[in-house]
Amino acid sequence: MAILEVNNLGKSFGTTEVLKDISFSLEKGESLAIIGSSGSGKTTLLRCLNFLETPDQGTIRVGDEIIFDANRTSVVSNAELRKNRLHFGLVFQNFNLFPQYTAFRNVTLAGELLAQERPDFKANKKTILEEIQQRGRDLLASVGLSAKADNYPHQLSGGQQQRVAIARALALNPDILCFDEPTSALDPELTGEVLSVIRSLASEKTTMIIVTHEMGFARQVADNVLFMDKGIVIEYGSPADVIDHPQHERTKRFLENYTNA
Amino acid sequence: MQEIIKVLFSGFGENLRIFILTLAMAIPLGLIITFGSMTKFKPVRWLTRTFVWIIRGTPLMLQLFVVLYAPGLLFGIPMRDRLVATLVAFVINYAAYFSEIYRGGIESIPRGQYEAGAVLGMTRRQVFFKVVLLQVIKRIVPSMGNEVITLVKDTALARVIGVAEIIMVAERYTKQGLIGPLFSTGLYFLLFNGILTLLLGRIERKMDYFRV
Ligand SMILES: Nc1ncnc2c1ncn2[C@@H]1O[C@H](COP(=O)(O)OP(=O)(O)OP(=O)(O)O)[C@@H](O)[C@H]1O
Ligand SMILES: [Mg+2]
Repeated sequence: MAILEVNNLGKSFGTTEVLKDISFSLEKGESLAIIGSSGSGKTTLLRCLNFLETPDQGTIRVGDEIIFDANRTSVVSNAELRKNRLHFGLVFQNFNLFPQYTAFRNVTLAGELLAQERPDFKANKKTILEEIQQRGRDLLASVGLSAKADNYPHQLSGGQQQRVAIARALALNPDILCFDEPTSALDPELTGEVLSVIRSLASEKTTMIIVTHEMGFARQVADNVLFMDKGIVIEYGSPADVIDHPQHERTKRFLENYTNA
Repeated sequence: MQEIIKVLFSGFGENLRIFILTLAMAIPLGLIITFGSMTKFKPVRWLTRTFVWIIRGTPLMLQLFVVLYAPGLLFGIPMRDRLVATLVAFVINYAAYFSEIYRGGIESIPRGQYEAGAVLGMTRRQVFFKVVLLQVIKRIVPSMGNEVITLVKDTALARVIGVAEIIMVAERYTKQGLIGPLFSTGLYFLLFNGILTLLLGRIERKMDYFRV
């Protein structure tokens, strides 16, 4: 069974329909690349999955749990909302690291706050915190930033900041990690280091949804590619199908801008 | 001479008392007003903002008189303690100013900071206290510093409702033909504001380790 199933998702801002009838599913360990021109609704889709926006229509299922259903009338409590959010991680285009904390603390903070809610926190405080900190060190090592653990965000390059942000998102072990154009705020010479971190996550079978304009990268790393236009899913399939042999006119036209990629 | 210094000193004590008590109460009250002026509940927001607009748009001196006389003349409960009247007026006035500074600071924090906290499963409370607050403080320290220094000088206004602050006691000496005491009150203000400026600079430097 797919780990994520999105069904008929719709979202409007006022009278503008930004997402229309979006459906797709994702297997555990799969990386899905979402491509599409500016304004097609890619960011809005990721924001809906992370409940930064509330969809107007459709359902979202993670594992065997329907975590969102637009037809459900009961109000979702804040606690439930937070629990649902933790199925997903989100890496932002512009990092959004917390400036007053070191790289290490950026990675461990949320985990420590969550741990405080565990019933056994008081009793096992020391071991729990040690585990979180060990995990933080391991994650920074895995993105190649052990040496920068004690640096503040403003002391890091954009590429380093984005790698810290990836470690931070991984710290809570989300089922699905979402990236919103993780390299588009970076100077070209810094995109490589971020893409290679994502590539190694893919090889470790991390379940990911990656919104990207890097066609070459999508072709190499993604198991499937989803092309969106004006809030609609136009084409979905393997990179070989969608990127190399697009069937739809709109996909072809979009990809023409990337012929050199 | 020594007598004069002693008298002026105790007069400045009154200024300091107003200063410290006003700060201690206006800083937290300002935060409450900020929440009121930012709430999604429109009537409360509208009421709070109107209140802040009135307080900021009228002279503190007028507010002092209103607080002193309104309870007696309107409700038959005369305000007997002039220091209390002064504090009420000052606290309300400065809380209104502080609340606008806080609001500006809070609104200047990028939405991405709140969203980053939210997607990491933080509660709204945790996002505010663990993520946003320190960034807000860093941003507002300079403008708060200006207000604090203005407050030191504003304490002299308490004399208009008869609180024996330093300038009022110094002025008495002019009747004896002495101008020196009046001049020297300026030194008290200068010295105290000098200390405050150093202190504020230290607080700013303490937060130099990060950028917002
Ligand atoms: N909060 C909002 N209020 C109103 N309209 C919005 C809002 N957020 C997004 N939109 C609109 O929704 C549409 C889709 O925006 P979205 O950011 O999801 O596109 P995108 O595919 O991520 O584009 P890009 O490639 O430029 O990042 C745009 O037309 C945008 O103007
Ligand atoms: Mg976008």
